[in-house]
Amino acid sequence: MSSVLYDAPGPRAKRRNVILTVVFVVLLSLLLWWVWKLMDDKNQWEWKLWEPFTTSQAWTTYLLPGLANTLKAAGLAMVIALPLGALFGISRLSDHLWVRIPAGAVVEFFRAIPVLLLMLFANEFYDRYTAVSSEDRPLYAVVTGLVLYNASVLAEVVRAGILALPKGQTEAAKAIGLRKGQTMGTILLPQAVTVMLPAIVSQLVVIVKDTALGGVMIGFTELLNGRATLAAFYANVIPSFIVVAIIYIIVNFIITSFASWLEQRLRRRKKSTGAVIPAAAIGGSTATGGEGGGLPGLQTYVQKSDT
Amino acid sequence: MFDFLSEYDDPTLLGAFWVTIQLTLFSALGSLVLGTLLAAMRVSPVPLMRGFGTVYVNVVRNIPLTVIIVFTSLGLADIFLWTMGADDVKLQAFRLSILGFVAYTAAFVCEALRSGINTVPVGQAEAARAIGLSFSQVLRLIVLPQAFRSVIGPLANVLIALTKNTTVAAAIGVTEAAYLMKGMIEKEAQTLLIGAIFAFGFVVLTLPTGLFLGWLSKRLAVKR
Repeated sequence: MSSVLYDAPGPRAKRRNVILTVVFVVLLSLLLWWVWKLMDDKNQWEWKLWEPFTTSQAWTTYLLPGLANTLKAAGLAMVIALPLGALFGISRLSDHLWVRIPAGAVVEFFRAIPVLLLMLFANEFYDRYTAVSSEDRPLYAVVTGLVLYNASVLAEVVRAGILALPKGQTEAAKAIGLRKGQTMGTILLPQAVTVMLPAIVSQLVVIVKDTALGGVMIGFTELLNGRATLAAFYANVIPSFIVVAIIYIIVNFIITSFASWLEQRLRRRKKSTGAVIPAAAIGGSTATGGEGGGLPGLQTYVQKSDT
Repeated sequence: MFDFLSEYDDPTLLGAFWVTIQLTLFSALGSLVLGTLLAAMRVSPVPLMRGFGTVYVNVVRNIPLTVIIVFTSLGLADIFLWTMGADDVKLQAFRLSILGFVAYTAAFVCEALRSGINTVPVGQAEAARAIGLSFSQVLRLIVLPQAFRSVIGPLANVLIALTKNTTVAAAIGVTEAAYLMKGMIEKEAQTLLIGAIFAFGFVVLTLPTGLFLGWLSKRLAVKR
């Protein structure tokens, strides 16, 4: 195998690779043994700590309701943030200065602020100025924080998606006499949606991860919060963390796989312009829990596929 | 209007943001080291190392940072009794959170570095080998100079995300900006003003960094 860093290995390189592999195996087994020992010294492998996860009670009482709330908040946030993001993304491309500038300011402002701050503020705001019951308040606050932040991230995705389309599309629309609104609505937006679909789906990973903030800081009863109640009941802190982490990994893995499947599919389509914003550009990879880039102009990430 | 601010002395407003800055700097340094190590594994010719790097990145990237940070406190400190060489609880939480940030951010640093290396066309290295440069010369003279330039943009994004992510440390009682804001906004009447103050603080921290590094990455970009 050849890459930019190294050529196909010859006899000496092959020997060196074998030695490196052996050294690495030794180091890795030392690490694993150390972790196992660490757990064993504190009796964390005892079956009675893990047994609760084989009963239905642990799942139906603590974990599944928590997971349901996590997904509910993430889904709501996505559904609300998407049209808002589209609105702001399109506004940023407006020909009018008085639309473009304020939209840009709003987007950059909310992208520069941690989601946690937005959640804390929303929580307090609902408490003081609205009649939202204290039961619903955490959900409202979490969704509000996520919407404000992710709408501004999605606005950038939408903008990049539209900018990624070939210029000829706009020119052709102009040539057949479409107005600006028509061009956007019937030519650019429908194509841009397919271009940015993978990026939008993988933004969902970021949203799912950020719901955990609400569980710890404002008492939203999501998965991580459910873990705390569970661990208090069964006294199994370490196993509960491991199980919850695995649940998050599985959920996010499903979302990521779906996004890359979508990306592959869209790239293969002959009809499209061939421009796709890779899923990794905004969501899963550059971004983080309470995350997201702050650099103005996402178009650096947009890649045109070879076709 | 700003009178209430003087009532807070542990931490003060500036003190809290100073903790945020410290968290960011220490975590950035740590994750740069660990991330580089992981990136080296992910692009190494040894399949097992590549596999380990891939597994680490994909596992860590899919766990919420909040889970990791809370784990450092409830797991590492409470169960495994890692005190991080600190004799008081505050310093311990501070160091534990940095440990969590490093473990988490390293995965993103690794991906940024790897994507930087991947932007260098294979033909560059092939041409370098063809004129007889050795492996270290190829790396030193041809590949890395180009990779470093294209890595600035993605790394800047990671740094900005890290700055914002440090607020999660409030979950284990590190007295940084979000921790102070939570206390203040619950007690004081000026909800909007407090929100605006802390938002402004983060805009000041992240916007110049983003603009400067964005300008730098555009300036240094390899024109192809």
